[in-house]
Amino acid sequence: MKQDMLRTAAIAVAMIGGLSAARAQETVFYSTQLRPIEEATKVRDVLLKGIAGKVTYVVDEPPAFAVRMKAETQAGKRTVSVVGALHGELQPHVPDDLQPVDDLAAKVASLGIPENLMTLGKLGTDKQQYIPWMQATYIMVANKQALPFLPQGADVNALTYDQLLQWGKTIAEKTGQRRLGFPAGPTGLLPRFFQGYFYPSFTGGVVTPFKSADAEKGWETMKALWAVSNPNSTNYNFMNEPLLAGEVWVAWDHVARVKDALDAQPDQFVTFPAPAGPKGRGYMPVVAGLAIPKDAPNRAGAVAVIEHLTKPEVQVQTAAEVGFFPVVKAELPTNLRPGVKLLANAVAATQGAKDAVVSLLPVGLGAKGGEFNKVYNDTFQRIVLRNEPVKTVLEDQAKVLDGLMKQTNAPCWSPDKASQGACPVN
Amino acid sequence: MPTRANWIPYALIAPSVVFLGALFIVPLVQTIWLSFSSDDGTLLGNYARMAGDLNFSVAIRNTFMLTLVVVPLQVALAIGMALMISKVGKGRDLILWVFTIPLGISDLAAGLAWLAILQNSGYLNSALYGLGLIQGQTGWLSQETPVTLFIGIVLAEVWRATAIVLVIVIAGLQLIPKEFSEAAEIFGAKPWTRFCKITLPLLKPSLQSALILRTVLAFEVFAVVYALGGTNFPVLAGEAYNWQNINQNYGVAAAYAVLIMAISIAATVFYLRVLRVRPEQLP
Repeated sequence: MKQDMLRTAAIAVAMIGGLSAARAQETVFYSTQLRPIEEATKVRDVLLKGIAGKVTYVVDEPPAFAVRMKAETQAGKRTVSVVGALHGELQPHVPDDLQPVDDLAAKVASLGIPENLMTLGKLGTDKQQYIPWMQATYIMVANKQALPFLPQGADVNALTYDQLLQWGKTIAEKTGQRRLGFPAGPTGLLPRFFQGYFYPSFTGGVVTPFKSADAEKGWETMKALWAVSNPNSTNYNFMNEPLLAGEVWVAWDHVARVKDALDAQPDQFVTFPAPAGPKGRGYMPVVAGLAIPKDAPNRAGAVAVIEHLTKPEVQVQTAAEVGFFPVVKAELPTNLRPGVKLLANAVAATQGAKDAVVSLLPVGLGAKGGEFNKVYNDTFQRIVLRNEPVKTVLEDQAKVLDGLMKQTNAPCWSPDKASQGACPVN
Repeated sequence: MPTRANWIPYALIAPSVVFLGALFIVPLVQTIWLSFSSDDGTLLGNYARMAGDLNFSVAIRNTFMLTLVVVPLQVALAIGMALMISKVGKGRDLILWVFTIPLGISDLAAGLAWLAILQNSGYLNSALYGLGLIQGQTGWLSQETPVTLFIGIVLAEVWRATAIVLVIVIAGLQLIPKEFSEAAEIFGAKPWTRFCKITLPLLKPSLQSALILRTVLAFEVFAVVYALGGTNFPVLAGEAYNWQNINQNYGVAAAYAVLIMAISIAATVFYLRVLRVRPEQLP
């Protein structure tokens, strides 16, 4: 299936390549981010303005992106000069499909991109594989109607999981509807909730304490949370819609997936950081990066695009136009749209929380990123949805996780303690 | 000129053979190859992972349950609709046209249309609320309401794909000479007897085609289920999609694809044997 898809894609690419040979000097910018038509238009008309030469902005779904990158490598015919994608989406393309960009890393060194983001951009190698482009994170959004039901003495900006549970219970009791919401649908980002929020908050790690006693306690809380969550949560991919429909009053999701709700009704919602557990307030920054594929037809054009998009003023524009936040040192203007302002406030509150536990994105998993997510998803399915015994499930899934770690030899990443060799599952 | 006539048929079918060979046989062989080449180097590694997955038995059960409920329902409905249409004089074309509208709609669009009806804020709930039968939004498609979810999917599938069976059955009915029925009527056969002894046996070749087509498609069901059930109702084709796109393990996805093909072939062979038609039984 993979190979025939690649073959078909290779043929298509070869044909497109033939057509575009005449337009050699254009730079094709291929991205999995900012796909919706309004956002793509902003990229074309606003964010890419001012670059010398023609830049063609092309977007694709992540699976198609992976196939096209591999197909162009196999066909030996590259049409794309610069790519923009999430950290996890670029990871499987090292070392076959990307070329190192150490020269660019030196050029952008003065922009103040945090050291840890630059390190992520090495994707576990000793060379810079991508330049950080923009960042986002996950936040909580609540309908203002839910606020009267907050437990006594609770502050939304410093919520704990116990308080969230109590809040959900009170809402369910008083309104007769279960109104917490999680994006547990087929393309929802629930695995990231477990990796970046739930596990760090309850266990202080992600991989190593996977089946610890702390994790068991956490999963009991998760079951209780689910009991006061909207049963349609397993159909939610983006929390926008259930929030706007009033089906869900309190939700966790990626900023890009609640942005439309906040833009549509900024007065109806409040935003705040994810809750804290016994080990702190886990949170996961999301990083999108810009990279240059191997044998890019127009490397100079690619460098120009990357230099342009990392300029502080363009980074600020990006935040204002599409709601992704700067990776470079830049002050956000005070006159942001109300929806974007709500996002920015929650992101700032998350990053500034005293008890924050930063969980980095997985590195070194290569093409196994999908199966890594599956471990967390399956654990959730079995414990919460199928009501299997917590301990047995954690034992089973820990074996799968351990196998993945050994197979990829991925060392631990924060907040797990650094490891020699594959990250251990204790 | 016999020499010339010899190669003409071959030349005429050559493009379709090349087309099928390039875009069907080659990918098929590649898929089978891929399914037997797993990460751990063993021949059956991908199949072992497929069978060991938490959704495997659920997907098998759901796919078979759906096929066993949907296909007989569709065949019965299609025969009924076809018989009714055959009695209609004026307006027959209009009715046929209305019956076959779902044929022109893509799977996913059909799924989304039914989602608009059955979801929490959908038309069904609005209607029930308007009639005072429910107090507020009621979930029909959630993981906690497996029965209504199943009924919803069956409804959508029956709505979407009965027309293809209908078209085949109507074509088959038209092949049956009227004289048989008229003769039976003269000898005093009741309508039910005529249906069982004349129409049904002579319809067998058409039913065979319709059953093969529908059953194979039912084992591949995906888009409607994906739209209505998401992860709440795993089916085989959906699992293949998940392993390919979400888990990014192309080997296990290929194993699912090969499994679906094996089940489809088995079903086809079964129908060919059970519904075998001897040439003298043809109308």
